[in-house]
Amino acid sequence: MNMKQLLLTSAVGFGLSAGIAAADGTTITIATVNNGDMIRMQGLTEDFNAKHPDITVEWVTLEENVLRQNLTTDISTGGGAYDVMTIGTYEVPIWANNGWLVSLNEGMADDFNKDDLLPAIAGGLTVDGELYASPFYGESSMVMYRTDLMEKAGLEMPDAPTWTFIREAAAAMTDRENDINGICARGKAGWGENGAFLTAMSNSFGARWFDEEWNAQFDSPEWADTLNFYLGMMNESGPAGAANNGFNENLTLFQQGKCGMWIDATVAASFVTGADSTVADKVGFALAPDNGLGKRGNWLWAWSLAIPSSSEKQDAAKTFISWATGPAYAELVAGNEGWANVPPGTRTSLYENADYLAAAPFAQMTLDSILSADPTNPTVKPVPYTGVQFVAIPEFAGIANQVGQQFSDALAGNQTAEEALAKAQALTTEEMEAAGY
Amino acid sequence: MARAISPRKKLMWTALAWGFGLLIFFPILWTFLTSFKAESTAISDPPVWFFFDWTVQNYHDVLERSNYPLALMNSIIIAVGSTLLGIVIAVPAAWAMAFVPGDRTKDVLLWMLSTKMLPAVGVLYPLVLIAKYFGVMDSRLLLVVVLMLINLPIIVWMLYTYFREIPGEILEASRMDGASLKNEILYVLTPMALPGIASTILLNVILAWNEAFWTILLTTVDAAPLTKFIASFSAPEGLFYAKLSAASIMAIAPILIMGWFSQKQLVRGLTFGAVK
Repeated sequence: MNMKQLLLTSAVGFGLSAGIAAADGTTITIATVNNGDMIRMQGLTEDFNAKHPDITVEWVTLEENVLRQNLTTDISTGGGAYDVMTIGTYEVPIWANNGWLVSLNEGMADDFNKDDLLPAIAGGLTVDGELYASPFYGESSMVMYRTDLMEKAGLEMPDAPTWTFIREAAAAMTDRENDINGICARGKAGWGENGAFLTAMSNSFGARWFDEEWNAQFDSPEWADTLNFYLGMMNESGPAGAANNGFNENLTLFQQGKCGMWIDATVAASFVTGADSTVADKVGFALAPDNGLGKRGNWLWAWSLAIPSSSEKQDAAKTFISWATGPAYAELVAGNEGWANVPPGTRTSLYENADYLAAAPFAQMTLDSILSADPTNPTVKPVPYTGVQFVAIPEFAGIANQVGQQFSDALAGNQTAEEALAKAQALTTEEMEAAGY
Repeated sequence: MARAISPRKKLMWTALAWGFGLLIFFPILWTFLTSFKAESTAISDPPVWFFFDWTVQNYHDVLERSNYPLALMNSIIIAVGSTLLGIVIAVPAAWAMAFVPGDRTKDVLLWMLSTKMLPAVGVLYPLVLIAKYFGVMDSRLLLVVVLMLINLPIIVWMLYTYFREIPGEILEASRMDGASLKNEILYVLTPMALPGIASTILLNVILAWNEAFWTILLTTVDAAPLTKFIASFSAPEGLFYAKLSAASIMAIAPILIMGWFSQKQLVRGLTFGAVK
């Protein structure tokens, strides 16, 4: 065989093997993140197959950042590799405005019942009256606290605490000798890490990212109050090395009994009361703190399923989304794995279900937290953007990663709050000017 | 005569070498141990070393949740395919540069290497659009070609260095005996440079096996190799270290075993040159 033949044969060989997977019927490819609820959905695919034997489902599960990179590449080049994609509340309005997503107002299954979706969640996924993604699970943030330590400190947690109370309670619960830290909160740099926590917190301090003219506001007294309060509280009562702690690190600390309070995603409630937790029977819940200014420090997020406009199998994709995010899915999960494992925070009907309310002690607080966040009106002063713990513009993720780095450095003690805010102000102003705002 | 080394010095060097070796091996050992722990044990503080309830549940979960055989097969085809294709192209190129160098050969070599300095993401969109145009997204063929192109400069450089060690007179002699160019390369040069070619192949298979930018971004399901398989086991909310460790061990095991078996060849090829 000469070289030309060799090359040709191998090329044809690879080409053939690549084509084998194309089967009969419709095959849809679903991209998703590796979260418990998503993995559970993957496990329940059989139920979908039984109801829709003509549609084959292929799963691509990826780490969150890798998934974003994959999806943006595919969607911006019109690649059409994915038919259903799992995206966050941040992406939906931006991608919808780019014309990258298919509207779900029409063509969904009869029992889908769009009006049953929680208004706060659906609002973040709707652009000009068109729903562009259907929420699979929704979350806000809230205070999770140790009832035993609170009692030991002689305090009682109100349902809607203030930041001042949280700071005092944290100091009272801290017991360094026994490795108990009064407060655990995100310190790891990243727009979805400390960026989310501090942006939501700043809302309750009356701060905002931008004024109505898109001018950065890190030089405002409200931001100085927010950051000084956060750093003071974390230094008094936070765990060592808090600047490296994200969701998973704090979850571990709380589960091992090393946090008095933890302010984070409502979805954590099922983890801290679950089998892996050493303090499962001693956890109470409260709304995220406020300062009496009318906004609480909680965020709003949903992992949702959307269809890229490049998909050639949009009907099959809608059938799948109707199944995965429809009202019947909750009963399917409940029948297989119990009511406590039903994906939370998407439908009003779930919170009217007595079985669910009985099985999930955190249900009411989750619902109250979600309903108290308003992505279209997130701050005390008016802003030109939507989003509670983020600003729904494409530039935000990049800028907030850098700002988060400054805040994380301040928490690590490498710079003061004033230095961090000055740098945040400068870099945000520069990036926004470069982006043409 | 061998130099006498005092037993104390020998002991010290041995201890140092072992210490260094263990330090380098530690991450793999820790990943291995973690892969047999329960998720809550995997993140316990202080860490648990050997005395925990060993479980194969993670491996069971990983196998159940993903298509490991397909990912493994894709990794093998992509890594071996791209390397062999690269060798087929690089052998004649390296031959020309080593034995009939022109005025600009050095520049060409340097220019080839400079392409490695281009940030990969800079050519992401053009490449995706080209692949889409030809309808080869998510195909092994695409990855074989792309990884071949990425590693080609290294393959050419390595082969060039090995070929330079071979005396040109031997090739000249074969030419005098009437060997054609093809026969000269196939039957005279290649056998002599075999150790060098072998270590080039080994190194590039490893590089292609571990490549995690293009293999993740250019594949979806059908051509997704082990890099994408690993990427599916990290989670933003929830514990995942034990399962991720199990997936990592499954992904690196084949290349680790291959590395052990070909260790001698690899080290000799990399350190001694071709025909010494």
